[in-house]
Amino acid sequence: MALADVCGFKLNEDFGNDYSFGTLPTVNDALKASLNFTVPAGVNLQSDVYSAFNDDSNNVKIHFEHGTTTLAFKYQNGVIVAVDSRATMGPSIESQNVKKVIEINPYLLGTMAGGAADCMFWERVLARQCRIYELRNKERISVAAASKLLANIVYDYKGMGLSMGTMIIGWDKKGPGLYYVDSDGDRLSNYVFSAGSGSVYAYGVIDSGYKWDLSDQEAYELGKRGIYHATHRDAYSGGIVSLYHMKQTGWEKISMTDVTDLHYQYAAEKEKARK
Amino acid sequence: MASASVLSEYKAPVSAHFSPYDFNGGTVLAIAGNDFALIATDTRLSQGFAIHSRECPKTFTLTNNTILGCCGFHGDVLTLTKTLAARLQIFEKDHNKPMPTASIAAMLSTILYYRRFFPYYTHNVVAGLDEEGKGCVYSFDPVGCYEKESFRAKGSASAMLQPLLDNQIGGKNQNGYTAQSLTSTQCVALVKDVFTSAAERDIYTGDNIIISVVNKIGITSEKFQLRRD
Repeated sequence: MALADVCGFKLNEDFGNDYSFGTLPTVNDALKASLNFTVPAGVNLQSDVYSAFNDDSNNVKIHFEHGTTTLAFKYQNGVIVAVDSRATMGPSIESQNVKKVIEINPYLLGTMAGGAADCMFWERVLARQCRIYELRNKERISVAAASKLLANIVYDYKGMGLSMGTMIIGWDKKGPGLYYVDSDGDRLSNYVFSAGSGSVYAYGVIDSGYKWDLSDQEAYELGKRGIYHATHRDAYSGGIVSLYHMKQTGWEKISMTDVTDLHYQYAAEKEKARK
Repeated sequence: MASASVLSEYKAPVSAHFSPYDFNGGTVLAIAGNDFALIATDTRLSQGFAIHSRECPKTFTLTNNTILGCCGFHGDVLTLTKTLAARLQIFEKDHNKPMPTASIAAMLSTILYYRRFFPYYTHNVVAGLDEEGKGCVYSFDPVGCYEKESFRAKGSASAMLQPLLDNQIGGKNQNGYTAQSLTSTQCVALVKDVFTSAAERDIYTGDNIIISVVNKIGITSEKFQLRRD
């Protein structure tokens, strides 16, 4: 029993923060609202807010960071994860150095495609939930459970404009795990996934070079090539190829290569093969 | 009965359109050095072609070590900076120390994301010293995606300033050339140049710039006049 109870001190019942999402605040208290999801009263989200983002006649253009190529595939020695590093807002390149692989813990990786803030925020929430799971259960969370946590969270917000296509990669008791989770509520497991605007090009490259018994070096090369070819054809992708390898001992960061360097390296190899 | 049927034809008043946002211009620019951070803002506040104020800086001193640059919709700028100031004061009273720059950036990210479904229309840059005394800059999108960078322009003229910074500070895509890190005096001179160019071509940037430099001594600010038209 807390000291306050012993002394008969009662906290005001309204003390708690009731500005959670979905309730309408009666007082516009920006400070309290900064602690929770909020939507103010009297604002029509669907028409007013979204038209402010998308309406051409409006001089207010709220763009969020977008665009990506990410890919991941399983093979005999684990899972390869490769991503680009470009973020765009409308036509402008906002950053060439985005970290699109989110290191949830030493045995779990998440990739981000779609809304950068959506992925960043919800995968941080996922990281917290995974840590809580570990503390409660004294063992690591499985990849299936981690991906399902994320899928269930984003499903609660379905239809509200979240945009994310993410892969959850890990290693658990069952071995390597690879799941694709997106904001529509999809959650799938397979050997090869690619997400983002450049995924169509990445799939083309990966599918043509993929087999289960790739060597480590072949697998790294295939991952890099997949991203490189996507950045070449997709204007929303570019920057640096980051490559991760998920092993039984946890993930390892293999390389970060500028796509410009890859371009000239591949051009030189092609030239050499021709001669 | 007749009157009832007439009453039932009345509907609650519906507003035809409500635009919750506007764009009030303004540009902010931040550079991180080895032992300092610099942040500059213009002082023009406009709405369409009307200039409302020539003395409205868009940088806000958060702590002795940290400055925020915040521009976009001025109403959101005011609410956001008010909220941040309150949260920082609460932190300082609770912990007996000011919040470090990296934590301010993380907190700003969540404050912005909590408005994911009715965002603040603000472009933010946080500049300051980290806990080792090194300069750092964090830039944000309107819904809280953030990143640590070494230089960043945000707001109305960002598309004019950023390429110049990429060239002069980043040394990007220049074969065989690596950029040298600049001193704070060199950065101040560069900032004056790039803002002068932006004021020449951007109607939402002009009047004055205020350049603030954070280093281990504290924050020093200087004002520099741009074109007056």
